Amino acid sequence: MRLVGAALFGIVVVAASAPAGEIPLGERRAGYDFMSRETRAMQDDDTANPGMLWVLEGESLWGRKVGAAGRACADCHGDARTSMKGVAARHPAFDAGMGRPVNLEQRINRCRVDRQQAPRLAWEGRDLLALAAFVARQSRGMPINRVVDPRMQAFVDAGRATFYRRQGQLNLACSQCHDDHWGRRLAGNVIPQGHPTGYPLYRLEWQGLGSLQRRLRNCMVGMRAEPYEYGGREFVDLEVFLMWRARGMTIDSPAVRP
Amino acid sequence: MARALINVPGQARRGEIIEIKTLISHVMETGHRRTEAGAPIARDIIRQFVCTYNGAEVFRADLHPAIAANPFLVFSTVATESGTLTFTWTGDNGFSVTESAAITVS
Amino acid sequence: MDRRAFLRTAGAGLGLVSIVAVRPTGATPERMQAAIRRVVGSAPVTPGRVKLELPPLSENGHAVPLTVSVESPMTEADHVRAVHVFTEINPLPDVATFRFSPRSGRARVSTRVRLANTQTVVAIGELSDGSFWSDRATVVVTLAACLEGPL
Repeated sequence: MRLVGAALFGIVVVAASAPAGEIPLGERRAGYDFMSRETRAMQDDDTANPGMLWVLEGESLWGRKVGAAGRACADCHGDARTSMKGVAARHPAFDAGMGRPVNLEQRINRCRVDRQQAPRLAWEGRDLLALAAFVARQSRGMPINRVVDPRMQAFVDAGRATFYRRQGQLNLACSQCHDDHWGRRLAGNVIPQGHPTGYPLYRLEWQGLGSLQRRLRNCMVGMRAEPYEYGGREFVDLEVFLMWRARGMTIDSPAVRP
Repeated sequence: MARALINVPGQARRGEIIEIKTLISHVMETGHRRTEAGAPIARDIIRQFVCTYNGAEVFRADLHPAIAANPFLVFSTVATESGTLTFTWTGDNGFSVTESAAITVS
Repeated sequence: MDRRAFLRTAGAGLGLVSIVAVRPTGATPERMQAAIRRVVGSAPVTPGRVKLELPPLSENGHAVPLTVSVESPMTEADHVRAVHVFTEINPLPDVATFRFSPRSGRARVSTRVRLANTQTVVAIGELSDGSFWSDRATVVVTLAACLEGPL
């Protein structure tokens, strides 16, 4: 299995001799566009989309009072349908207190700890995914933020550097698959452009919902690279860059992907 | 906490065939997998789903580990009278969830 | 030959092609036949009346959409009692049994199934007159890239 993987990645290394460079804005396509009719149908119908199970659970968590403060998300933010609209489309966002960007999951946990005085929720745990899915659902159909906060520029650049840096035992950069060879096949699946429009999303391979960072870890394992820690600055910066790279594209969380 | 999503038309004409969709949170652990350390992971699946309409069974499914995680079922029934559709999923480790939906038939 | 040179050589002859999943399997076509016999007994199974819909190619074997329908007036005198679904080479041949009655209105059900590999799926319709009808479909299951590592 590992050898097969290595051979396949070898193909990419060979084919990458003439890099295509950044994808022109007009040629960008979401992962949805590369999927089969059946997988699209699963995403399109809320009653067939398993990601909606997490959204539903997030909705009930939204109204639950927790922590020493005895506060629910709804006590501060009210109706998520209005207050959370567009929030996922502009995260990661600059956090003045930390002096750097935080992603949606980190923002939720900041609220948990600071406002609700409750313990931090675990990365990829059911509750954090459910809350993130519920919040992200409120941005469905909205364009990803196009305007770069000037304070964010350094982090966009850091994420870009990670995206174009070769790493791992296969000496691959993200860009070699997702800029240079999107639309071609790796194993049985089409290589997408890698736009994070649908997170958290239901991946058939996971048989569950997962975050963008979980997906990035899968990529890094595929590259035979040591994955960064959940919430690590390298991952958040990469998220910042990927969202900038997908600016103006439409949020489709909770997406379904193969 | 199990979550289920049920889609039933709230209203129907008498005699009309209505479509029902159900989706429920469940890992459907097959019993064929092992941990990284090699220990077998015990089977944990939903074995049965039953839909009753004002108490009478109208559809039933016996499920095996080949049913995908978070089982999804689409089936139909004839709208006969106003009342309640009840959905029950039962499975390994005492799993049991019951949900219901009201329907008005005119 | 260094590692990269080996990879180049290994890749050069292959091109970017679709690779069909090869995963360990348990059941066999014979075991599927035995499972079918447990349901139908010695009754003949006739191809027809049943329609099994599966995508010819699936992006992932963990959740393949499946629909089975059986032509029937669904009356008290003439209806479909059940639909049984089997796979050829999953670890177990049984997938599901769906039970209908005249109150179902039509004998049609959709779900999502796991297919461990490229294989044939069989659906058998059991009618109120005791007859059995069948349909089959073959699905090519492709292997996903960049799978899960340790979380």
